[in-house]
Amino acid sequence: MTAQPAIASRFVALYGPKGWTTLAVSAGVLFIVIPALNLLVPAESPFHVSDYVVTLAGKIMCYAIVALAMDLIWGYAGILSLGHGLFFALGGYAMGMYLMRSIGREGVYKSDLPDFMVFLDWKAYPWYWAGTDHFWYALLLVVLVPGILAFVFGYFAFRSRIKGVYFSIITQALTFAFMLLFFRNDTGFGGNNGFTDFKRIVGFPVATPQTRMALFAITGLALIATLLLARFIVTSKLGRVLTAIRDAESRVMFSGYDPRSYKLFVWTLSAVICGIAGALYVPQVGIINPSEMSPANSIEIAIWVAVGGRGTLVGALAGAGIVNGAKSWFTVAFPEYWLYFLGLLFIAVTLFLPRGVVGLFEQLRGKRA
Amino acid sequence: MQRRHFLRRLTLASSVALLAVLSGPVRAADTIKVGVLHSLSGTMAISETSLKDVALMTIEEINAKGGVLGKKLEPVVVDPGSNWPLFAEKARQLLTQDKVAVVFGCWTSVSRKSVLPVFEELNGVLFYPVQYEGEELSKNVFYTGAAPNQQAIPAVEYLMSKEGGGAKRWVLLGTDYVYPRTTNKILRAFLKSKGVDDKDIDEKYTPFGHSDYQTIVADIKKFSAGGKTAVVSTINGDSNVPFYKELGNQGLKATDVPVVAFSVGEEELRGVDTKPLVGHLAAWNYFMSLKNPVNEDFRKKWAAYAKAKKLPGADKPITNDPMEATYIGMWMWKQAVEKAKSTDPDKVIAATAGQKFNAPDGFDIKMDEKNHHLWKPVLIGEIQSNGQFNVVWKTPGPIRAQPWSQYIAGNDKKKDEPEKK
Amino acid sequence: MRLLHRLIPILAPVCLLLPVGAGAALPEDVIQTLAFGDSEEKIEAIGKAVAAGDASFLPLLQALSDGLVQTADGKRVLIVEDGAATDVSTGHAVNPIPANPEDVVVNNRVRRELARAIASLKLFSQEKAVRLEAAKELQSGADEGALPLITKAVEKESDPEVRALLVLTQAAIQLQSKDPSIRLSAVRALAESNSANTRILLLGLLEKKGETFAEPDPGVRAEAQLSLRAVEARLSRGELIGRVFSGISLGSILLLAALGLAITYGLMGVINMAHGELIMIGAYATYVVQNGFRSYLPDAFDWYLIAALPMSFLAAALVGMALERSVIRFLYGRPLETLLATWGISLILIQTVRSIFGAQNVAVENPAWLSGGVQLLGNVVLPYNRIAIIFFSAAVLLLVWLVLTRTRLGLFVRGVTQNRAMAGCVGVPTARVDTYAFGLGSGIAGLAGCALSQVGNVGPDLGQAYIVDSFMVVVLGGVGQLAGTVYAALGLGVVNKFLEAWSGAVLAKIAVLVFIIVFIQKRPQGLFALRGRAADA
Repeated sequence: MTAQPAIASRFVALYGPKGWTTLAVSAGVLFIVIPALNLLVPAESPFHVSDYVVTLAGKIMCYAIVALAMDLIWGYAGILSLGHGLFFALGGYAMGMYLMRSIGREGVYKSDLPDFMVFLDWKAYPWYWAGTDHFWYALLLVVLVPGILAFVFGYFAFRSRIKGVYFSIITQALTFAFMLLFFRNDTGFGGNNGFTDFKRIVGFPVATPQTRMALFAITGLALIATLLLARFIVTSKLGRVLTAIRDAESRVMFSGYDPRSYKLFVWTLSAVICGIAGALYVPQVGIINPSEMSPANSIEIAIWVAVGGRGTLVGALAGAGIVNGAKSWFTVAFPEYWLYFLGLLFIAVTLFLPRGVVGLFEQLRGKRA
Repeated sequence: MQRRHFLRRLTLASSVALLAVLSGPVRAADTIKVGVLHSLSGTMAISETSLKDVALMTIEEINAKGGVLGKKLEPVVVDPGSNWPLFAEKARQLLTQDKVAVVFGCWTSVSRKSVLPVFEELNGVLFYPVQYEGEELSKNVFYTGAAPNQQAIPAVEYLMSKEGGGAKRWVLLGTDYVYPRTTNKILRAFLKSKGVDDKDIDEKYTPFGHSDYQTIVADIKKFSAGGKTAVVSTINGDSNVPFYKELGNQGLKATDVPVVAFSVGEEELRGVDTKPLVGHLAAWNYFMSLKNPVNEDFRKKWAAYAKAKKLPGADKPITNDPMEATYIGMWMWKQAVEKAKSTDPDKVIAATAGQKFNAPDGFDIKMDEKNHHLWKPVLIGEIQSNGQFNVVWKTPGPIRAQPWSQYIAGNDKKKDEPEKK
Repeated sequence: MRLLHRLIPILAPVCLLLPVGAGAALPEDVIQTLAFGDSEEKIEAIGKAVAAGDASFLPLLQALSDGLVQTADGKRVLIVEDGAATDVSTGHAVNPIPANPEDVVVNNRVRRELARAIASLKLFSQEKAVRLEAAKELQSGADEGALPLITKAVEKESDPEVRALLVLTQAAIQLQSKDPSIRLSAVRALAESNSANTRILLLGLLEKKGETFAEPDPGVRAEAQLSLRAVEARLSRGELIGRVFSGISLGSILLLAALGLAITYGLMGVINMAHGELIMIGAYATYVVQNGFRSYLPDAFDWYLIAALPMSFLAAALVGMALERSVIRFLYGRPLETLLATWGISLILIQTVRSIFGAQNVAVENPAWLSGGVQLLGNVVLPYNRIAIIFFSAAVLLLVWLVLTRTRLGLFVRGVTQNRAMAGCVGVPTARVDTYAFGLGSGIAGLAGCALSQVGNVGPDLGQAYIVDSFMVVVLGGVGQLAGTVYAALGLGVVNKFLEAWSGAVLAKIAVLVFIIVFIQKRPQGLFALRGRAADA
């Protein structure tokens, strides 16, 4: 009986009063203001928030969730994963399987099977598609597939004490191998085209403003939940041990801790969070395909966190927002030059802002004070 | 203490990002906006960059001739960076933020599939300029590239003929994605209907970006020992150079084993020494080497444009089939807008059907009244030592596209026009 | 004109051997048919030329095959080469070249007939090399029409190598003979063949058509069985050699791509994600040198590669040193941050190259001496460019080894790697050593780019294709170990090629990646681990 109030008070203590207020305000913006501006305000009004902005913001929020997951494992536990795109994509594929099955017979070939299977002359679903027509089972897969893969991979890797750069490189090998596997049409996930042209999700048509708004709100909710969970972890004893492992793993070991289980836990958790983000991402952007698993995508995730500021949760959020926002803008305003900007941003951040944008703000504040 | 400020910082950071997103380019009222959605970075930039340039050239040309409905065209170029989800996002942006009247874009099938739901939802108009696998028909898309019956099947028929070498065995070699898969499926059915045995067909796929063709070429050699063999290549983009280099160096000559390719044009051959490749074939609906006044004019315009804009490679300007398709598409759209006297998508879509245009391929070609595909002549060319193609066979005139190939089961019931939604 | 010069040594002796028609002007009707007839008529005319054994047709046939024949005014037939035209009928030079000449177009079918006709006629050349070439050409597909000519050539032939080839070709045609004894001797002769075509021919004899065998005579069948076994044994040996070769070739390419990284990453600890782009810069440097030669030294074009090697090394090394000075030196000791910064650098380099040279691939031609390959055992051709790359990577390896072990710079590099502070204390200019070492690693990447330009694409994305593979090789081999890198590269190459033959390219690659992941679990420091405390740094 005493445990519950303890957790509750821990929860309240996650943020100070101002923190909670701002969190509540941003939740209000996410759940009330933006939906109202999008759905109720007429399109001609300058206050109207267009569908484009909603999907873009929804996408960036998914990325922000991934950035939080990455920050947990890299910023706090000091393990740089270059394979987080894989877990993101696996979650996305699990959701995609459900969405493909919800198309029903409305595909080009009017078959029970998705078009790409008809096309490969498959007569029935392969075994690993079993049950994916049930939404709850798909949700389970979203969590389990990245989770189990990360657990198994992490178990062996941490047991062999693979560290630092080696770990980064083999996670890169892992995601690269999966990308090649999923690119094969014979693997049964639509090959290069992946999954697309979704029609509906749990009975609602995908391409309506209402569904889009609902997905947006759920993503916002997931983002806030992830933020709180991450905050909970990094302020707990677990978080302090992780930070200690990051800074001096040998000393942690000598103090009687077994770093393996701590690392394994946060590694698996991070992968699961990525999977959930992927599952939210797919219905909003309307496509999942193997290029999400390309090593370059995973490196970009690390870059978001680095730009925002490693080891601070706000940094991860800000990084995902800034990099992706800049990308969306530059690819229109300066399509020929955006790679220069992106490249320079990465170099500048690593050279001059080792603690990211957040660090810069803190520095400025420090000077002023 | 720090935590109290975190949200202020967060809002600041995110509002910077949001501002960046919202502030699109400034709008001008007396222009018609035209979206150009081609990858300028990433793996597809190699093919798509020239399509963006030819689109801009055509817009300049149309503007120089007085624009459309008395208004100038204003291009909106975006870079989806060979990233398929980004294609969908950019398409939505072009249609809702920039409010373009029409979009010219996409190359790969997956990018088209990615933007298709967006165009259907927002009722936009897309002109798609690349040969593709068919099996699709959308009210919102006009396909100015070839369907399989306008490219693949005539090519195989030619290779079967006495003139083409009378091939008996077939290697269907492609990159593992939907266009090669569908094309080969259609070809397999077609070959079977011509009495070719399964054991005489070898279907092979390589991953994207595959660069080591030693094993594949050795296998082709082995296979070709069993009878007169032809290779049908749907290898995509970059992989063609290592494939052809290996072919040349392993001494597999076109006179022994001809390779006919559907994705290799003048642009792709720019990166290859073509001397060992003389005689290998490509099937297209346009070649740069065609001799007719319209094409000469087109080539001249392009050369002048490339020079004026100092485009890379302007010293050796090259035109190819998808560039011609982009050019035709844009003129047809202009004619349709003028016929409809409006840029309203539904009216333009209705007016585009049946449009005619005197194209660089030397024919007065027409957009089909029903199925949103162009009538196109089929040309088969042999590679020459100067990197150009020499037409060895062609259809007497433009032929109608069949987006639903008769060689795929169940397609006989499909309607040859987009469903009204 | 050059063509005619080339042909004179061949022609002169032929003319002596075959007085028929030699020296006389070519029959005008045949010329007209060859130039204006459709494929069917052209082939017939070619057949006539071969049947007549008339070697004076050679220049015209060769020019047709090379696409040099043009027509003017609908009747004159010209050979146009290097801006000079010769009238075929008169043999006189035509000056000026008539306006608006039409190309005479030949397709594959005609070109094939031309190749055989030319080969048949060349069988009587006095140069052994020409005859050998011709005999090889005929091997791949001579038909009954050529039999009299080949029989005649076999009788005349004095060189054993050419004769052996001709006998095989003759035997292959004679399998169709009505006379069982001729068939028997043909089958016997074919036992010496190493061509895959022979296997099919022999299998054809042994095939059952309904109740009867394709070959009615049991004696010939038994002999065919024996010959078949001999040929198949030879073929499978050839296949194995080919596979090992392609594995080594892939391995040597991996090694080249990874060697530079073995220095920058292995020795200096910089995770250089821009390594692939340095390779690309080397390839583009080769392209620039090639263009320079084409414009200014067209006669020495075949040797541009020799000049391109130092240029590609220098270009990549300079870019690498500039990067080291401006960015990377601030990040030593923070390997993961070098990863991010160099990723940014790679984006910038890609886009820079794209704006300068265009997004499209550029053409890098193989010089003539790297085109083609050496025929080994009939079914295996080892391309010259791949052979050259194997030797080249061995040479680069030797160079790196020499620099690291035999020079002062190498000594310093090793010193700084092992203990930076101590090296600094004894007076090693560590900062400068870093710059040079990074320049060396980058320069080697540039050399790799120069080599890769000979087998694959040269485009802005060239480097991206090699970066993951390079890292796998270095990590598998053991960071800081040149020997490990070598074993890892060659091992991965050969394993990959054998798996590919068995499971296809994609699964082979996946299997290799999984193997690396599992292997690292067993030996976290790679094949060759540094021992002692240094390994934990």
